[in-house]
Amino acid sequence: MPSPDLAREAERVLRICAACMYCDGLCPVFPALTGKHEHSGAEKIYLANLCHNCRACWHDCQYAPPHPFAVNVPATLAALRRESYADHVWPGALGRGFRRPALGAGIFVGVALAVMLMVLAPHGSWAALHRARPGPGSFYAVAPLGLMMGLAGASAGWAVLSLVISTRRFWRAISGEARLRLSPRALMLAAADIVTLRHLDGGGPGCNETGPRFSQRRRIFHQIMVAGFVLLVAATLAAAFFQHFLGVMPPFAPMSLPVVLGVAGGVAVVVGAAGLLAIEAKPEREPSERGETRLNLVFLVMIEIVVLSGLALLLWRDTAAMGPLLALHLGLVTGFFAAVPASKALHAPFRAAAILRSAAERLSRRRREARNAATFE
Amino acid sequence: MPTTWDVLVIGGGVAGLSAVIAARRLGAAARLIESAPLALRGGNARHARNFRIAHAEPQFFAPGAYTEHEFLSELVRTTGGGTDVDLARSLIADTTDVVDWLAGNGVVLQNPAIGAIPFSRRTAFLLGGGKAMINALYETAEKIGVVIRYDSEAMVLGQNGAGLWEVEIRKGAATERVRAQTVVAASGGPGLRAEGLILRGGAYSDGAWMQRLIEAGARTIGDPASGHMVAVDARGPRVDGGIVTRITALPYGLVVDRDAFAVESPGAGSGRTHYARWGARIAQCPEGLAFLILDAEGLSRAPPSALAPVRAATPAGLAEALGLDGAALARAVEGAKKLAGPPFFAFPMRAGLTFVHFGLAVDGSMRVKMRDGRIFPTLFAAGMIMAANILPRGYLAGLGVTLSVVSGRRAGEAAARHALA
Ligand SMILES: Cc1cc2nc3c(=O)[nH]c(=O)nc-3n(C[C@H](O)[C@H](O)[C@H](O)COP(=O)(O)OP(=O)(O)OC[C@H]3O[C@@H](n4cnc5c(N)ncnc54)[C@H](O)[C@@H]3O)c2cc1C
Ligand code: SF4
Ligand code: SF4
Repeated sequence: MPSPDLAREAERVLRICAACMYCDGLCPVFPALTGKHEHSGAEKIYLANLCHNCRACWHDCQYAPPHPFAVNVPATLAALRRESYADHVWPGALGRGFRRPALGAGIFVGVALAVMLMVLAPHGSWAALHRARPGPGSFYAVAPLGLMMGLAGASAGWAVLSLVISTRRFWRAISGEARLRLSPRALMLAAADIVTLRHLDGGGPGCNETGPRFSQRRRIFHQIMVAGFVLLVAATLAAAFFQHFLGVMPPFAPMSLPVVLGVAGGVAVVVGAAGLLAIEAKPEREPSERGETRLNLVFLVMIEIVVLSGLALLLWRDTAAMGPLLALHLGLVTGFFAAVPASKALHAPFRAAAILRSAAERLSRRRREARNAATFE
Repeated sequence: MPTTWDVLVIGGGVAGLSAVIAARRLGAAARLIESAPLALRGGNARHARNFRIAHAEPQFFAPGAYTEHEFLSELVRTTGGGTDVDLARSLIADTTDVVDWLAGNGVVLQNPAIGAIPFSRRTAFLLGGGKAMINALYETAEKIGVVIRYDSEAMVLGQNGAGLWEVEIRKGAATERVRAQTVVAASGGPGLRAEGLILRGGAYSDGAWMQRLIEAGARTIGDPASGHMVAVDARGPRVDGGIVTRITALPYGLVVDRDAFAVESPGAGSGRTHYARWGARIAQCPEGLAFLILDAEGLSRAPPSALAPVRAATPAGLAEALGLDGAALARAVEGAKKLAGPPFFAFPMRAGLTFVHFGLAVDGSMRVKMRDGRIFPTLFAAGMIMAANILPRGYLAGLGVTLSVVSGRRAGEAAARHALA
């Protein structure tokens, strides 16, 4: 449960917004307030995850501080959102990771080190790793196939399992009282909103990550990064295909499909994450919630480190550095997946769930007459 | 920085911004003085949502048509014929390209298909509301080279031997003298303050500058004792509460005064503007205080309110929470036969003043008229400060911003032309 203070503050702010509604064109959060006098706990966390933190409603707010109403929707919803991660993550013990992002970073580093040691142990020393010879099958001389598959499979499986269960818990919470009909059209609508990150467009002109000026930077970098992830998954699948069905052993040739996909994906992730880091590193202080900013930074840095280690491996795989780099990369990948459930990664399925509810409601609700908008000045 | 400005604009609300952008676009060296700090800049347009425009055909921002003729006749009707018809007609003609002009200066309108805005043929809605418009106009002004000063209040106006204006501007403890060929006064309407009244607009639109100009010989128009008032939540801020503290559910419940006597509805009914009549009625209640009592059914019909209502199981409990006489309130509730059983809800209310029907008289170029019948050739007025020429009584939704833009633009252009001639 969100702390009582936070719940009270969110209720106060959402009440003012529901009476005001000037921001109803900026994103779907505000139309969802139409005519509502009160907001249940479930309603609040739904809205908090529907918010994409574009900050348009901060710059446009007639009641932002120093006004005595001191309305700060982005920061309030961000705090609530973080609490909703903590409350619904499975296993529940990981909830601490959202109150103190050090937990996610700790898992990442700890597991990465453990795996590196595990790879290192049979070789006896770091120096021995250097002696691993480049060429086909050389990766498996550093770490046996079984070990690699086991580590990657177990950590990725853990991440997926946790994300699925956490998201189910969250979906139950936000869809319970809403009685939704999930039609194919709702799914399509939600998918379109997700692919285009429509909610980061501030109702058209873009979001306000750095000031009253609009920008599409955040949206673009985010989607470059996501595209990069998709390519990396494709590269992994292609590699598996080469190995199992074509009998080609890694490392693969520079112009082979897995390498090309991997390089393109890796570069896209590095560029996208770097762009987001640049934005996140100097957030506007007032509309940002420090806890969320920290969570974002930890997640982005983790991503950068993992993907850069992969690119480094690719670059120097024919040198004596191959052995240590492979150990490092394997450790970091495993650590990353181990830490995913306690990281900002949760925002993706949670937001998708909120967008799905929003899409379903938009379809089922005939455009309700805005009761509070009946008289204007 | 020039030692003599072509155009000096006093007041960074929507009228002042329109004036200074229009002047600068004609090439004038233009300076804008705003008494509020950056975070509160923009005057009362921060609280505005939509604005009225004439258009002959459906537009993406407004369906149907709203002709200049229809606009004018509605204005004539609401003012009981008091409007300056020739001036109104020409300013209304200017409203037909306000949307393009604002869009050209970075302002974004809301597509009626998104969000939850009502159908409106007469008005266009600002995406993100008036503060978004203000942000966009400030950004444009800066980009085209307008020099802007915040926290700076124009205090004293004088003319030197060469006929140039000398304006004394106070910023904190420092005072600066600024010289200009022309001055546009866009400092808002008079900020009338009366006991028990809540000012819905910002504290910086205080009317002091307008008073200075009156002392300098400007002629006034309208009635300083008449204003547009609505019922607002008495627990809200004394100034700058804006739109959200408005109480509009009066037709669904019982209104009582401080003595728990039922207050008769001022023949307002539940029409679209009933709440404006209630404002004046509440101002006449003892201590300017009244209470709206609702049952659950009434509350469910009320739009969401910024502050939660006071709630109690019985009229006596409600009276205690509100500081009213329990027996008297019980009698009033009984007698009204309007309210079903418990629970009961209440909103304490005061009259909230939106604007006053009083300002400076201007000519067709927005030049300020003098009491002795002459005209100040280089002193202009725009926005709420001259609204009483058009609006000596009554109100039309969305007229405030529109009037500020068209009068501001006209004043800024006229001032620039004069200075550059
Ligand atoms: C709650 C509320 C809701 C409204 N809603 C709407 C709406 O939906 N649609 C609509 O069309 N209209 C609306 N209006 C009316 C509209 O806001 C005003 O008509 C319009 O903003 C007036 O603009 P202005 O620039 O003339 O004056 P103001 O907005 O009053 O601006 C005057 C500016 O001058 C500055 N100033 C004052 N004195 C000095 C000085 N001596 N030196 C330097 N600067 C000074 C002030 O800081 C201020 O920024 C609303 C008004 C209120 C109060
Ligand atoms: S964020 Fe501010 S301006 Fe926007 S709806 Fe809420 S109170 Fe109104
Ligand atoms: S998505 Fe943007 S406009 Fe919507 S609530 Fe979040 S910060 Fe505000």
